[in-house]
Amino acid sequence: MTSKIKRGVSLYSFQEELFLCQMNVEDCVSFATSIGANGIEILPEQNMPTFPHLSDAQVEEWKAMLARHGAHFTAYDMFLDTKVRKDRPMTDDEQVESIRRDLVLCNRLGIRNMRVLVFVRPDILGRCVPYAEELDVHMGVEVHAPWHLEHAWILRTIDEADRLGTKHLGILPDMGIFMKHYPPAFRARFERQGARPEIAQFIVDSHEAKIMSEYTIYEVAVKMGGNKAEVAMAETLRHAPYANPRRIGDYAPYFRHIQAKFYEMNADCTDPSIAYDEVIPELVKCGWEGTLSSEYEGNRWIQDVMEVDSREQVRRQHVMFERLIAQAEARFGAASAA
Amino acid sequence: MFDKYIIDPATLRNTGPADAPTGFAFESKLGYYRGLGLSMIEELNVSIDGEALPREAVRFDEGQGPISLDEMESAYDRRWPFGTPATIIVARDGGFPKGEHTLGLVQKLRVSYLPFPSFNTDEKQVTFA
Repeated sequence: MTSKIKRGVSLYSFQEELFLCQMNVEDCVSFATSIGANGIEILPEQNMPTFPHLSDAQVEEWKAMLARHGAHFTAYDMFLDTKVRKDRPMTDDEQVESIRRDLVLCNRLGIRNMRVLVFVRPDILGRCVPYAEELDVHMGVEVHAPWHLEHAWILRTIDEADRLGTKHLGILPDMGIFMKHYPPAFRARFERQGARPEIAQFIVDSHEAKIMSEYTIYEVAVKMGGNKAEVAMAETLRHAPYANPRRIGDYAPYFRHIQAKFYEMNADCTDPSIAYDEVIPELVKCGWEGTLSSEYEGNRWIQDVMEVDSREQVRRQHVMFERLIAQAEARFGAASAA
Repeated sequence: MFDKYIIDPATLRNTGPADAPTGFAFESKLGYYRGLGLSMIEELNVSIDGEALPREAVRFDEGQGPISLDEMESAYDRRWPFGTPATIIVARDGGFPKGEHTLGLVQKLRVSYLPFPSFNTDEKQVTFA
């Protein structure tokens, strides 16, 4: 049986190598297809140096490059510079115009999913829906930690989509919302910065017990007299939610793409932090169709002590995806085949 | 996320006449995972041995010509692309001091989705002949 879940990579994953000019965008695409991750998510403001100006020839070069490697575009990550001016925020009309500019470029590239930054207002997106429908681009608001699937702010976008009865507005979950265990890479860096092992252990234990972050922050900062690294580590708990994977099916109709965030993979191709072993069965069970798009964000946690190897990290994540998808299909085969 | 890479110390050089330098320059990358319009780069604080140089002494050139920080505030049609070096030019009589010194840079960015300004900080030890 073939899964409806497709695998892909966001070029965000290779930010270390791209920044240092150790890889170019074609290297990223070539690597992605070598591990069967044929769906490519781009950040035009990262990957296209002439953004927002892109000639028809440049658009064709991108399409030809992907075709050369047997890859295809999956998603376009937009940004909205509401603070472009120092003297005043963007007006609503200016925001709509900026989003429309991205929808047009997304459509020119032949991309049908646009990742919308989580802070964009639902009513602004509502005004953009006619353009999104005309250009056939799904606007997915990024559900990024510390927001989560059922956060009131996210529900406003879903309400707006329902009110308009549109299929072109919804969400785009970032798997960082399913942080079941505190990432060892975070802990290790804070310890290198001076966090004492016993305080670090207290923070990890508090996260493991799902104690609300403000209790732990106060304990560390005030009662334990935490140093700068320890307080900073405790404060990361504010952005480390573990949302309930069992609610995924309820929201699946509203998303077509997933940013598969991760911070590190173990050598045995398991994720020590994000609960993919719980998320992927839920996706298979509800018959979700879309792309799991790797978003490696571990470089910033290890670059002080070691060379970053984003390719190896992404490769391991895809070994895990293949394993978890196959296991879930064996278990929920009927639903997946339906 | 890229702080330790934002100063390229190998590019440090004096500007102006060789026997009477009027300043120095070096290449820098934007410490951010995407490019940004120049109007959102609020400060480029350059320091030598921890001592900040005046804001007015600093100019920036991504390839479209040198521009002051005040002028950058309304340079809506210019961008500093991702991973791309730009030149930071600093007016200073005598150029960069000879011997071993610390060159510092703080990039202060106005990132729309963040509630606070974003700071990228780097320091490099340089020995300048």
